[in-house]
Amino acid sequence: MSDNLRELYQQIILDHNRSPRNFGKLEAANRHAQGSNPLCGDMLAVHLRVDDDRIAEIRFEGSGCAISQASASLMTSAVKGKTTAEANALFRAFQAMVTSRPSTPIDRDTLGKLAALGGVRQFPARVKCANLSWHTLHAALESQEGKKITTEREQE
Amino acid sequence: MVGVHGLSTAPRAGFDVERVRMDFPILEQVHEGRRLVYVDNAATSQKPHAVIDAVTRYYENENANIHRGVYRLSAQATLAYEHVRAAVQQFLGATDPHEIVFLRGTTEAVNLVAQSFVRPRVGRGDDVLISHMEHHSNIVPWQLVAEQTGATLRVIPITDAGELDMDAFRSLMTHRTKFVSVVHISNSLGTINPIEDIVALAHERGVPVMLDGAQAAPHMPVDVTAIGCDFYAISGHKMFGPTGIGALYGRANHLADMPPYHGGGEMIRTVSFAKTTYAPAPAKFEAGTPNIAGTVGLGAAVEYLKGLDWAAIRQHEDDLRDYATRSLLKVPGLRIIGTAPHKAAVVSFVMEGVHAHDVGTILDEREVAIRSGHHCTQPVMDRLGVPATARASFALYNTRDDVDRLVEAIREVREVFGT
Repeated sequence: MSDNLRELYQQIILDHNRSPRNFGKLEAANRHAQGSNPLCGDMLAVHLRVDDDRIAEIRFEGSGCAISQASASLMTSAVKGKTTAEANALFRAFQAMVTSRPSTPIDRDTLGKLAALGGVRQFPARVKCANLSWHTLHAALESQEGKKITTEREQE
Repeated sequence: MVGVHGLSTAPRAGFDVERVRMDFPILEQVHEGRRLVYVDNAATSQKPHAVIDAVTRYYENENANIHRGVYRLSAQATLAYEHVRAAVQQFLGATDPHEIVFLRGTTEAVNLVAQSFVRPRVGRGDDVLISHMEHHSNIVPWQLVAEQTGATLRVIPITDAGELDMDAFRSLMTHRTKFVSVVHISNSLGTINPIEDIVALAHERGVPVMLDGAQAAPHMPVDVTAIGCDFYAISGHKMFGPTGIGALYGRANHLADMPPYHGGGEMIRTVSFAKTTYAPAPAKFEAGTPNIAGTVGLGAAVEYLKGLDWAAIRQHEDDLRDYATRSLLKVPGLRIIGTAPHKAAVVSFVMEGVHAHDVGTILDEREVAIRSGHHCTQPVMDRLGVPATARASFALYNTRDDVDRLVEAIREVREVFGT
């Protein structure tokens, strides 16, 4: 196996793909957003319970490749219990990581387990897979209720 | 001849795959020590020297606009362009070069027929019939017509194996049916549809039929006169020609009845602010300066295909399909999607516990190029209950060694995922 592949499909990614955390519906949710990657058919829904500006509960549903599933699972684990500002800061740090050059050092202190997704930098076609859940979370936090998030630009 | 893995390759009369491979420069590519295995031919095909050289030669020596200049170069370019029309006419078995319209590809051909032939002829209470296995390019143009006219788009169902349900087709054909448009060979499943039966059934009721031939033209001889269809569309880039050029065959009487689709230069007889009269078909549908270099390249592709032994190619591709099917089925947890008995060399598959995109990425690291996703046929994926498939689609230059490399890489997918 190549180093790039080993980096992309780390054990933690495979594990979160096989047993996604926080998967399913959330009856008590008060924020929702749906994301899709129309070019590959990945679908994702993120449900949040935000109390006093803090993410009390978060769950996701959907189907997709190992990268998008693992990213969604890791994202929900990372932002649970965080304030919306903290979650948005993580969103920005994650964006900065996946869109950086492969040689750029990763801010592991800020990103923690999310750093495992840094392997997508070697695979430009897969960056979208890692990003989908975060964009969907971002939309849910911005309370863009009913707005459909897509990795592609769409006609208004 | 002995293959790399000691598998003997049966000698094929009139067809030597190693010689054919030498015609395609991209196949010599080696990346990080691995020879390129290109098995995404249903998406686009590679180009032989003959096509690349023809386009280069055109730009280096022959470039001029057509149908207007009085000078030598323009006259020659016009001759070359119209010569390709005649070559495509012969390639498709049409009787008159004026029945061939040059367009950007199959997508534009479907849109032209939808807007210019079908739209003026249908309204509320009328049906347009397509099938469940269509490419999005043979779905969306009809949805647009349905929205514009109030006509209803009806869909011929497919079986679990990925074949058209012909009994359902018969019952969907009613007095309301005004047009039928179906794919000749499915890009995502490989199913070869019984187009002669479809045309016969539709024509019994006087209903015109369009066939999307994008996947057929590079793999088998097409004879529109024998098929009897009303329209047949092809894309240059799927048949070893350039991108951005394709052709529509349309029966002369239909083309004559159709209003222009785009307005502009080239497609007119006279223009005044009071009244413009149009040129006859096919010029009527070729507004603006066309893709002349692409057309020249398409001509070279047709010429290249004419020089090959089609029966031998068919045999070669059938062998690749069967060998790939057998080899892939030995991989535990792998399931083939699309198992019609009458099938082209397209093998779509899913792997238990692994998404098609992850398969695609891992295969790419092994320099094996396949397509993963819904292949612009989302309704097929929904119908067969899979979110996406990985698809290997073969062409005349592929070998059993390519299949071995594919299967070897797939074994690595299982290794990575520990399935």
